[in-house]
Amino acid sequence: MSNVWTLAKRELNAYFASPIAYIVMAMFALIFGYFFYAATASFMSQSLRAAMSQGGAPPMNLNDYIIRPLLGNASVIILFLMPMITMRLFAEEKRSGTIELLLTSPVTDLEIILGKWLATLLLYAGLLAVSLLNIANLFLYGKPDWRALAVGYLGLILMGGAFLSLGTFLSSTTKNQIIAAVLTFGAFLMLWVMEWITFFSFGPVAQALAYLSITSHFESFSKGVIELKDVVYYCSFIFLGLFLTSRSMESLRWRS
Amino acid sequence: MIQVEGLTKRYGRATAVDHISFEVKKGDIVGFLGPNGAGKTTTMRMLTCFLPPSEGKATVDGFDVLENPMEVKRRIGYLPETPPLYPEMEVREYVEFTGRIKGISSADVGKRTAEVIERCSLGDVRNKLIAKLSKGYRQRVGLAQALIHNPPLLILDEPTAGLDPKQIIETRKLIRSLAGEHTIILSTHILPEVSSTCESIIIINNGKLEAIDTPENLTARLQGHETVFVDVEGPAEQIAGKLAKLAGVGRVEQREGARSGRAIFEVEAAKDQYVRSEIATAVVQSGWKLHELRPLGLSLEDIFLKLTTHDQAVETPAAASSEPVAESPTGGAQ
Ligand SMILES: Nc1ncnc2c1ncn2[C@@H]1O[C@H](COP(=O)(O)OP(=O)(O)O)[C@@H](O)[C@H]1O
Ligand SMILES: [Mg+2]
Repeated sequence: MSNVWTLAKRELNAYFASPIAYIVMAMFALIFGYFFYAATASFMSQSLRAAMSQGGAPPMNLNDYIIRPLLGNASVIILFLMPMITMRLFAEEKRSGTIELLLTSPVTDLEIILGKWLATLLLYAGLLAVSLLNIANLFLYGKPDWRALAVGYLGLILMGGAFLSLGTFLSSTTKNQIIAAVLTFGAFLMLWVMEWITFFSFGPVAQALAYLSITSHFESFSKGVIELKDVVYYCSFIFLGLFLTSRSMESLRWRS
Repeated sequence: MIQVEGLTKRYGRATAVDHISFEVKKGDIVGFLGPNGAGKTTTMRMLTCFLPPSEGKATVDGFDVLENPMEVKRRIGYLPETPPLYPEMEVREYVEFTGRIKGISSADVGKRTAEVIERCSLGDVRNKLIAKLSKGYRQRVGLAQALIHNPPLLILDEPTAGLDPKQIIETRKLIRSLAGEHTIILSTHILPEVSSTCESIIIINNGKLEAIDTPENLTARLQGHETVFVDVEGPAEQIAGKLAKLAGVGRVEQREGARSGRAIFEVEAAKDQYVRSEIATAVVQSGWKLHELRPLGLSLEDIFLKLTTHDQAVETPAAASSEPVAESPTGGAQ
């Protein structure tokens, strides 16, 4: 398993040696910061209005009015930025030939896959840390429920892990990074909009699609509730993504 | 060290490597020779467990490449055709990384990295980004990567391809210096490469094995008859007649390109006959002037052409003759 860490470190090093890591982080900080500003500004004006109306209105809750919608926003920003993180994972190594080094070294396919996935997960955790810097401000002005917040971040980690495993798989199917990115983005978008079908259709097919949608399972996490079915969904999704990657590596060997 | 039996690789319907069998003993330096597209890289990729064979069997140190790939990989240092480098890493960092994934313990990896950097003369670029290195340095970083875990077997795919003459000589020297400690297989489509470095040669063409032998034996096998080059001042026809009558001489052929008043011939001796002194004596006794007399050894180029004439091995001789390095222990030296 020390191989996994060695490989993950090299991968992280590559992200920070190229502009990718900085661009993704800057974009995320910018967009998330914007949403954070919008959410707090509207919260303040609303709670001001509530306070000025005749005294009866209950104090507004930071978790419900700021954190929850923000986490939802974060999940969409992530969906757009993730393909930039995963696209290079295998595609770059296949194009440059370094894959030959990895596959002829005494490391297992699983170690290679886990190393890459772990690196993306750590980079992603870095993004989440940026968002947490924003949210930490709330603790200066109010008392948000930190447990609900922690659950929300657990959900983001799981959902991100699922996205990343799928992106890892799609990167292993091609040696062209752009193709990998487009495939990944398309797949993420589908997995997001699938839940929209329940807006206009209620049959079992619609239910199934909604269940498969990756973002629908984030709902309860953002409310601060851990539902077993959602955890199971994300864990199976991650497992499936990494499993498909290993199949794809195998077929790379057998075909080419 | 290596045992290969009926090794075959098919890409779809095309057969890249076709039932190759050979054996490499511990400590050998073996040259894998063949034109581009012959199947050298494919064979090496099967030996290094990068590609599975479609058919046949290959074992390294007794371990089968399909059944025991981890053991095989541990024993091989492999330099692919394009060195597998991460441009964003520094040389030392990269070599250390490869050491770790090849199973060197954290305690030893620093020391071992320093040794290999020394060995491959990478000292002055150890802290440079690989992206900034010249081709010759990159090749040596690739070699460092192959050597880092001190593997008993080195597999080098065209280690001098694309280098300039000075770099080629340096790389060859480095490879030869590794000979004692490692078994080495190196591939090339350039002849002087193997004749100067290898003790035995495997020639493949169109995926098929054409010959295995030492450079000397290959020469002898194809030669059989010695051919002598003679440059004489005198009447061409008389000279030709005289030479043809000498004992042991098979065939006499006059060549173009003589200076005026002179004639040049290629005289082929009968099998296992030594005719040079007879020719010299005959010429001088007849009162002609002998300007030059030398044996024409069959060079590896010719062998190679002979072995592979039934195909389109066009660019090989050209590439080989443009190769400026003049060290050739077999061809012509007698
Ligand atoms: N990945 C591949 N897919 C299909 N054909 C290939 C592949 N790699 C090599 N070949 C074919 O196999 C043959 C042998 O190639 P290779 O082993 O690279 O030759 P060499 O290294 O001797 O130049 C060539 O005809 C080449 O076109
Ligand atoms: Mg090749």
